[in-house]
Amino acid sequence: MLAVSYCLPLAMANQSGVQLDGFAALADPTRRQVFERLAKKSLSVGELAAGLPVSRPAVSQHLKILKDAGLVTDEALGTRRVYRLDPRGIEAMKNYLDRLWNRALAAFKAAAERETDS
Amino acid sequence: MISIRKQLTVEAPQERAFRVFTANMGLWWPRDHHIGVAPLKDCVVEPKANGRWYELGEDGTTCEWGKVLAWDPPRRLLLAWQLGPDFKYDPALLTEVEVTFTVIGPKSTRVDFEHRNIERFGEAAERLRGGMDTGWGQILESYVRSAVAEAA
Repeated sequence: MLAVSYCLPLAMANQSGVQLDGFAALADPTRRQVFERLAKKSLSVGELAAGLPVSRPAVSQHLKILKDAGLVTDEALGTRRVYRLDPRGIEAMKNYLDRLWNRALAAFKAAAERETDS
Repeated sequence: MISIRKQLTVEAPQERAFRVFTANMGLWWPRDHHIGVAPLKDCVVEPKANGRWYELGEDGTTCEWGKVLAWDPPRRLLLAWQLGPDFKYDPALLTEVEVTFTVIGPKSTRVDFEHRNIERFGEAAERLRGGMDTGWGQILESYVRSAVAEAA
């Protein structure tokens, strides 16, 4: 069975004034839920809030952080404002993986040099 | 094709470099990067073609990451990274991670790393949307085309 929760790297506190980059914004479980739902379908704030155990203003705040991080974008559709994944997300994915592999390969190098041949 | 490439020199014999990369991945993989609910216990690369690549949680549960496409010790490893943009295993997504280990001395190995087919995350994202609209996929395609044009 596959686990359905996520534990992403680069978790960092959303200090005021600090813009989270790319996937660091997804360290928060509610934002991951918002992101995941938008991956399936464009939705308004109201539609998102209806399926989540948080208030509408809280959803708006999460959307703002996701938008600032370049993961989500919004557009006016008639009288509604709908949110969807930002097409530049693929760039965020690349940057995210680039940083992950930098960390992983540096740790691999250290481990390989520490090991002895027994 | 959008790729991430890295090259590094490891002060270790080729065999050890390959062994630490594969058999000991759990030793060096960033502990905070995993998809399971439980804390990460180990990352497993099964030592054979068509082997699994998965994480093992401290509670004994496993989460697939992908598979082994080519197993050629101690020179080359080809993995399939199949975690999608939502960090879930997606069997329809196949991005390749190729690692080659080249002898440059008795205790020195050059490691060439490439994670390629990054553009396929766009297709996976479109599948996640259930084909409800093609907006994202189309924009991604044009993004990929312009990125390729830029690289040329």
